[in-house]
Amino acid sequence: MALDTECIRADFPTLRRHVSDRPLVYLDSAATSLKPLAVLDAERDFYENRNSAVHRGAHTLAAEATELFESARDHIARFIGAEPNEVVWVPGATGALNLLAYSFSNASAGMGGDEAHRFRLGPGDEIVVTEQEHHANLIPWQELAGRTGASLRYIPVDDDGRLQMDEATALIGERVKVLAFTHVSNVLGSVTPVAELVALARAVGALVVLDACQSAPHLPLDVKALDVDFAVLSGHKMLGPLGIGVLYGRADLLNAMPPFLTGGSMITSVTMESAEFLPSPARFEAGTQPVAQAISLAAAAHYLDGLGMARVHERDAELGQMLVRGLTEIPGIRVLGPAAGEDRVGLASFAVDGVHPHDVGQFLDDLGIAVRVGHHCAQPLHRRLGLPASTRASTYVYTTDDEVQAFIDGVSEVRGYFRV
Amino acid sequence: MSGAGLDSLYQEVIMDHSKQRHGAGLREDAATSSHQLNPTCGDELTLNLHVNATGDTIDSVSWDGQGCVISQASMSMLHDLLGGLPVAQVEPRLAAFREMMRSKGQIEGDPDLLGDAVALAGVSRYVARVKCAMLGWVALEDAVRQLPPPDADLGHP
Repeated sequence: MALDTECIRADFPTLRRHVSDRPLVYLDSAATSLKPLAVLDAERDFYENRNSAVHRGAHTLAAEATELFESARDHIARFIGAEPNEVVWVPGATGALNLLAYSFSNASAGMGGDEAHRFRLGPGDEIVVTEQEHHANLIPWQELAGRTGASLRYIPVDDDGRLQMDEATALIGERVKVLAFTHVSNVLGSVTPVAELVALARAVGALVVLDACQSAPHLPLDVKALDVDFAVLSGHKMLGPLGIGVLYGRADLLNAMPPFLTGGSMITSVTMESAEFLPSPARFEAGTQPVAQAISLAAAAHYLDGLGMARVHERDAELGQMLVRGLTEIPGIRVLGPAAGEDRVGLASFAVDGVHPHDVGQFLDDLGIAVRVGHHCAQPLHRRLGLPASTRASTYVYTTDDEVQAFIDGVSEVRGYFRV
Repeated sequence: MSGAGLDSLYQEVIMDHSKQRHGAGLREDAATSSHQLNPTCGDELTLNLHVNATGDTIDSVSWDGQGCVISQASMSMLHDLLGGLPVAQVEPRLAAFREMMRSKGQIEGDPDLLGDAVALAGVSRYVARVKCAMLGWVALEDAVRQLPPPDADLGHP
């Protein structure tokens, strides 16, 4: 049975808004999704009824908050196919990737003892990313390379934005210690061949870091089946609140990795000279935790479970194809990424010949249609494709066929309006 | 299909300037130069400031850049204001333009000071677009700031 879009829409109060005197058509879910009532209610319930810090205090509210916080972890672990102690709360995917890069950095500086040897980088070692990464999965590695003396290399894309897998095979050699790549491109909507890249990394013993920000909302995610060492995701792109994300790591790796942020709640014993750290996940969760956000993110995962991620994926792919087919038929439009008929999520970036993305976005906003304009935090990819910026439409579970059609109709009028 | 709001943003004179791009194409012999980048959209603009022999009057500006209708039109309009303008009169114009752009549609702008650029008053209601309109003006401000001070007359004893 397909998703009942009309029924789903009733759960999203933002969809009642009007923009430019028209009903809002929200096609910017890849930037941040709308939030269902279940998520808003969970957050409000926490602050109204259970407001307290977790893992401390003997009072009833603290006990209830701790139980909800940890059961949220259990829920997210199940959602991504991991164990609870492999789920670390982070402020977002950017926070997660920086946590990894700084933990590797600390290991490289000699912290963490013998067991941290796997994370040590130095001159002669290599970190490999791809040319299609979001800046969040590029700059932390650039900086890590700068701190450790390791080299950063990248798997290029071709003129159509396709990863050049033959280049990947040539690049990933014995010197590679870390391979970090995105599961789904936030610009192209294409799905990375994870198994092939993981096989290349395994052959040389490199750690694999997967950016699952654009995949976790749209397809069933199983980190064990994907066989990656680390994965990061962002809560607010998958119906959850702002301010929380997840770092997944294999338990043996997380327990061997020196922490990044240190302080309260992550220690066993402390003297004036040194400290011993708790095992994962606590060793990476210093300080007061985002409890309401974690609980609300679990509510989002619960909501998605109710819809069924297989059905979410099916609908999403359908919307993605509608976007590409519609855009491709409009003269003067260049769609980035996979052609119609090829795999993509519900996301399409495009260039309008003769019209700047800002003007495209402004024109669409006047029709009540919200899209993203700019380089989408992927300047190197845009440069490779010969564009300073693009316009991106992205769908989610609440998007209707009519909304996609309204968007396509709007885009087909852009060049006329700007007299191109 | 589009509402009056959009047409008041993309006025005729703005559309025309964005296509005609007065002063586009960098010329050599600049006294100073400024390169500006709008990091949110990747738009770039380079402005060369050309001054007279005594250095107190602007001959012209030449520029090169890529960007939206608003940024290109704004730079073209700014170019038209500057030929023969005493350097000392740049600051009041910059201040007037900035005040208009921060006014959220409340200030119309003085055509004597701002010329065609008063048409950009409507942009100030679109907070996300103010940076587009400001790009060329920020470049001019930066280029003027780099000029030697007027009393630094090297020929004077």
